[in-house]
Amino acid sequence: MEIHGEEKGRFLFNLSANLRAILRESPRHFLKLLILPLALLWVSGQAHAQQPVGAVTDNEVNEVARDIYCPVCENVPLDVCPTQACADWRTIIRQQLAEGQTKEEIIDYFAVRYGEQIRSAPPRYGIFWFFWLIPVLGVGLAAIFFGRYVWQLQKRPSTSKPPGVTAVAKEDYLAQVEKELGKK
Amino acid sequence: MLADIGYVTVIAAFAVAVYAVAVSIYGNWKNDWRWVESARNASIAILGLVVLACVLLVTALLQGDFSIDYVWRVSSREMPTYLKVTALWGGQAGSLLFWNMILAVFTATAMAHKWHNEHERYLLPHALAVATVTQVFFLGLTAFVENPFTQLAFTPADGNGLNPLLRHPGMIIHPPMLYLGFTGLTIPYAFAMAALITGKLDEGWIRITRRWTLAGWLFLSLGLILGGRWAYDVLGWGGYWDWDPVENASLMPWLAGTAFLHSVMIQEKRNMFKMWNMFLIILTYCLMIYGTFIVRSGVISSVHSFAQSAVGPLFFGFISLMFVFSAYWLIRRRDELASENRLDSLLSREAAFLFNNFVILAILGATFWGTNLPIVSELVTGEKITVGSPFYEQVNGPLFAVLLLLMGVAPLTMWYRTSTQRLGIMMRWPALAALVFVAILFFLGIGTWGSLLGLWIVTFAAIITLLEFWRGTAARMRSKNEPVWVAYANLLARNRRRYGGYWIHVGVIVMAFGIIGTEFFQQEIQINLNRGESVELGDYRMTFNGVRQYAGPDDLIITEASADLYHNERYVRTLYPRTEFYTRSGQPMSIPAARSTIGEDFYVLLILWEQTSSASAVFRIYLNPLINWVWAGGFIFVLGTMIAAWPDPVDNTVAAASVRRRRPSLAAGD
Repeated sequence: MEIHGEEKGRFLFNLSANLRAILRESPRHFLKLLILPLALLWVSGQAHAQQPVGAVTDNEVNEVARDIYCPVCENVPLDVCPTQACADWRTIIRQQLAEGQTKEEIIDYFAVRYGEQIRSAPPRYGIFWFFWLIPVLGVGLAAIFFGRYVWQLQKRPSTSKPPGVTAVAKEDYLAQVEKELGKK
Repeated sequence: MLADIGYVTVIAAFAVAVYAVAVSIYGNWKNDWRWVESARNASIAILGLVVLACVLLVTALLQGDFSIDYVWRVSSREMPTYLKVTALWGGQAGSLLFWNMILAVFTATAMAHKWHNEHERYLLPHALAVATVTQVFFLGLTAFVENPFTQLAFTPADGNGLNPLLRHPGMIIHPPMLYLGFTGLTIPYAFAMAALITGKLDEGWIRITRRWTLAGWLFLSLGLILGGRWAYDVLGWGGYWDWDPVENASLMPWLAGTAFLHSVMIQEKRNMFKMWNMFLIILTYCLMIYGTFIVRSGVISSVHSFAQSAVGPLFFGFISLMFVFSAYWLIRRRDELASENRLDSLLSREAAFLFNNFVILAILGATFWGTNLPIVSELVTGEKITVGSPFYEQVNGPLFAVLLLLMGVAPLTMWYRTSTQRLGIMMRWPALAALVFVAILFFLGIGTWGSLLGLWIVTFAAIITLLEFWRGTAARMRSKNEPVWVAYANLLARNRRRYGGYWIHVGVIVMAFGIIGTEFFQQEIQINLNRGESVELGDYRMTFNGVRQYAGPDDLIITEASADLYHNERYVRTLYPRTEFYTRSGQPMSIPAARSTIGEDFYVLLILWEQTSSASAVFRIYLNPLINWVWAGGFIFVLGTMIAAWPDPVDNTVAAASVRRRRPSLAAGD
């Protein structure tokens, strides 16, 4: 079963690499090549693609498939991707779940074969950590600058005295609302 | 023939736009109003020419003139008439032409408006030059790169037909709304640049463009909401927002515009943050161009790849040019833009707006980073990565929570300063009431910590916002002795901006309830059912009746399942989820069936079926709690914006009076 899955994976990897090469050369040619046969397959015999293997349910497959993005389609997770290639990848997930692999192991399996782009978010190792850290550091740094700016704004001497500022501060809020409304 | 006339029209529009830019600059330089007025007339001529080009293209679409490449690509003989018309924006070249038309409508209308108002007359010529530069760029793209009138060497018998994804009503209205939003925001930018160039940096430009900004922002909001609805109805994944790069492309200018609409109030009220407001409107404009660039260049892979083409480098060049131009003027005027007043307290309305701006820009920054990360990763590591919803949910989720909390507290603050004691008293009961609500949910076993925190924040903001309406109404009832509904109606009519704004907040709160409902409480199941078998989810039971296949209009093959739905064992209705297969393009689409109530959606997708016997089928079912609150919130949001933006004759009188009052000091100060 494992060898079968490996072979299938390698075949699909080669297929996807070829398809991507065609895509670079001629996108429209690629679409014809990809979509028409897939569509025929899709219409003719799709119910076979997701026959249960062992006791693995569709829900368990989807739970993994939602976090794996289709390597050849664009920004589509495997659980909703309608192409035949994705149906085959779901079968691989099903087989690996039946073999007792965890979600992380299956995602790693796909990442090794098809690249890190199959993950739904940047991975958390090596340089990829920075991709997560940068927004956090960015917001932190911006907060420091913002804090400094606000502090300077507070220190600045006021050039215009606010009308009745002390009165406003002491006033009841409701009275303030009434005062504003009374103007209208 | 028709194609030739169309192309000549586009070239003429481009030439007139170039003329408009040249003579408006020349007229300003020589201070000769005849040239400037000629440029204004040219902007009206551009509108006429671009409308004519659109009419010609629609005529070609309606006639089925497949000798034109664009017509062949996006239409077919069997397509219904309304789709032939909307195919105008169903592909790259046509949608660019349509974009040009909307930009021309905005430019001509804004420039024809109040030309003789003495105060605005100073800004208009420069604003006209800036707006027409944008027109030159987009008309140049249409004329030389994406010509919708390009002819084929032969005339095919039939066309390819419109992309099936674009045949949904939501997708028919969604692009025009986004275009209206994007192009609408060009007008405030043009006036802001005019203010920078002329050095007339008071709030004149803000007053002129306030309604343009609100209108642009409203259309952008509508575009976002309709896009979400389209995704929910057509893309078949049970959701409405997936942080796709193209979705982010419209969200980012919307965020910048939201920050601007808030911070601009500080300038109007306290004459502070002029520089910041300039920066925000420049940012909004640049993000608008950048968003268009993302959608049209296909630089970041996305589901919206239908709009890919080779326009990327041109867009990049134009954004850089406009950014450098804007930055130059911003830096040159930095001393004049410096804040004149100090921030009296951190507990004030102006400080609340500042914090709001900070959080919105943090969300914007994180979204910008995530959207561009695939390119950055490819450049830095050589490996392309996907940045999907988990990234944005983790980074932006907490920031949105802070923003909602601020939205709750901000209306309680007053200009200059608010006492801690007063704020505490105002917040105490709403905070406690929200806590009681969340505690009840907790003891009922509903929700996780994250969802309960979110619900507390939203409930707290909801109570405060509703209390604001009540306080205002009660104050009027007392001071004017009016009955409650009269008091409320008058409150709204006389303070449209303030209470329209609060209605927008109510819309956001209702949407937030819906988002929390679907994000945290969605249930999902995928199951293979034989005919007569049932599946249960929540209080629902669904029994599968069978599948039938039939030919639809055009090249469509429809496979439709029938399933009876029971709620608490009572028959509700029969659902018909279906799959549509467009044979010509080979594109399958899963169209869900849903039972919608205010509490939840029972949303079914037909995934697979047994071909020969139709005796079994695989369904994917979602139970989406509070999903309809997202749409209801969107409706309230739009209504609130319309209340805030509605023209108010009293406002104009006040504005005119304030201009008269301000003029002497302006002359002295500037």
